[in-house]
Amino acid sequence: MTIQQAQTEIEEEFELFDDWMQKYEHLIELGKDLPQISEEHKDDEHLIKGCQSRVWLHARLENGRVRYSADGDALITKGIISLLVRSLDDQPAADIVEADLEFIDRIGLKEHLSPTRANGLLSMAKQMKFYALAFQAQNGDAHG
Amino acid sequence: MTAVEVKELRKEFPILSEQVHGKPLIYLDNAASSQKPLQVIDAEAQYYCHNHSNVHRGVHQMSQRATEAFEQAREKARVFLNARETAELIFTKGCTDAINTVAHGFGQTLSKGDEVLISHLEHHSNIVPWQMACQRSGATLKVIPMKADGTLDWSEELLTEATRIVAVNHVSNALGTINPVERIIADAHAKGAQVLIDGAQSGPHMAIDVQALDADYYCLSGHKVYGPTGIGVLYGKLDRLKELPPYQGGGDMIKEVRFEGTTYAEPPFKFEAGTPNIAGAVALGAAFDFMASVGVERIARHEESLRKMGEEALMGIDGLKIYGTAENKASVISFLIGSNHPYDTGVLLDQMGIAIRTGHHCTQPIMDYYDIPGTARASFAAYNTEEEVLKFVDGVKRVAQMLQ
Repeated sequence: MTIQQAQTEIEEEFELFDDWMQKYEHLIELGKDLPQISEEHKDDEHLIKGCQSRVWLHARLENGRVRYSADGDALITKGIISLLVRSLDDQPAADIVEADLEFIDRIGLKEHLSPTRANGLLSMAKQMKFYALAFQAQNGDAHG
Repeated sequence: MTAVEVKELRKEFPILSEQVHGKPLIYLDNAASSQKPLQVIDAEAQYYCHNHSNVHRGVHQMSQRATEAFEQAREKARVFLNARETAELIFTKGCTDAINTVAHGFGQTLSKGDEVLISHLEHHSNIVPWQMACQRSGATLKVIPMKADGTLDWSEELLTEATRIVAVNHVSNALGTINPVERIIADAHAKGAQVLIDGAQSGPHMAIDVQALDADYYCLSGHKVYGPTGIGVLYGKLDRLKELPPYQGGGDMIKEVRFEGTTYAEPPFKFEAGTPNIAGAVALGAAFDFMASVGVERIARHEESLRKMGEEALMGIDGLKIYGTAENKASVISFLIGSNHPYDTGVLLDQMGIAIRTGHHCTQPIMDYYDIPGTARASFAAYNTEEEVLKFVDGVKRVAQMLQ
């Protein structure tokens, strides 16, 4: 599945719900399936700044693809990061760097977040891309 | 207050008819800031429409009107706190600014070996200014410990010969505890220490009598007593204010300025450098009028009944824990649902139109004491209804189910 396909799938899923409480319920469920970051990586180095609650994010390169794992102490935050992980996990670093994350806007999530929370979301997305960029530089597989 | 009386009162608060996320607003974040009655909003507009100019020393009519309105507001603050004279009331930017005014000035009289005593229950605003004063002077900051129920573990033995000032809040913003400030003030005075009371959370909920309390300093936040933001009051005993070095320099606070040196004006002007927040003060005066017209005791009884009703209902929810279970509490319920992060609770209640506050409430030492990241906090005001409390409790039940 490409990033684009994963995002379309998420968008379609969210269209099934009429109201925002149901969307939040779904987010909470999704958060539970988040690929768990190992306890040793739940440290300051992996903490994402700019979130109201704590979120840790880790990335590793596996067969040329970036694999993310994360955790957070708030369920809704975990749900939000799980959307990003579902969209970007197991993809080539170059695709992640180029990825358009507008799907967050399209499911209406951003407008439901207060500015501080929207900043947190932005920080998460930035950090995920930053990891991809670092792997890309390491491997020298930049597309020029 | 009867349900009908509260309903009537609500009509004076335009914002209470707002909708959030398509639901009627249930505003339970009053400890952070209360909403404003028309009386207050109008007072600010009327001041600008009819009476505005700069205050003091103006010979023209408009300046005299503005001065009169500003000084009338000071008199209203005097009545609200039952101070002896208006010279004891200083208009500040807020409660934080009031505490900084005292901490900065008093800090100049501190030296190594002196002690400043604050409590574990303080808002960061009554911690950091004293830390700064201690850093500058070399004095030692000491802390009155707290107990698990959210009360202070007060003992006069905490006071030593070196204690120069005690700074505590009247009511804890995070837990609602009403602190035994009468006893603390009496004990401190017996040891020769001065006392500052942070009244940010007591102002909206109880009648305050600074003379009966015998507090040396008492601070109020305007926007928590139904007044505007950006205005607060610092009360100080006149003798104390005469001794206290000024905080900021500028216009209005001087007697004479020469390049060789400046002499300062008498209190309260000595502490009001620059053009004050005249409109804010006038509107705050209207807020004091509003509270007097409703009746502070009546407001307190109403809020107490809402809080008790809420606490009883919440305690029936599996896994819910209330933080702050003191016998004497003001209208705050701080809680957590199991091990769930308060952020989730706040976001989901917001979706239901219910505004509460989540986080550490600027009291990180309290959160550290309980070893939690923060709490969800509902706080009530005069205009909240029993129906709103029931909806809030239902909301919390729904959240508890969702987060299971």
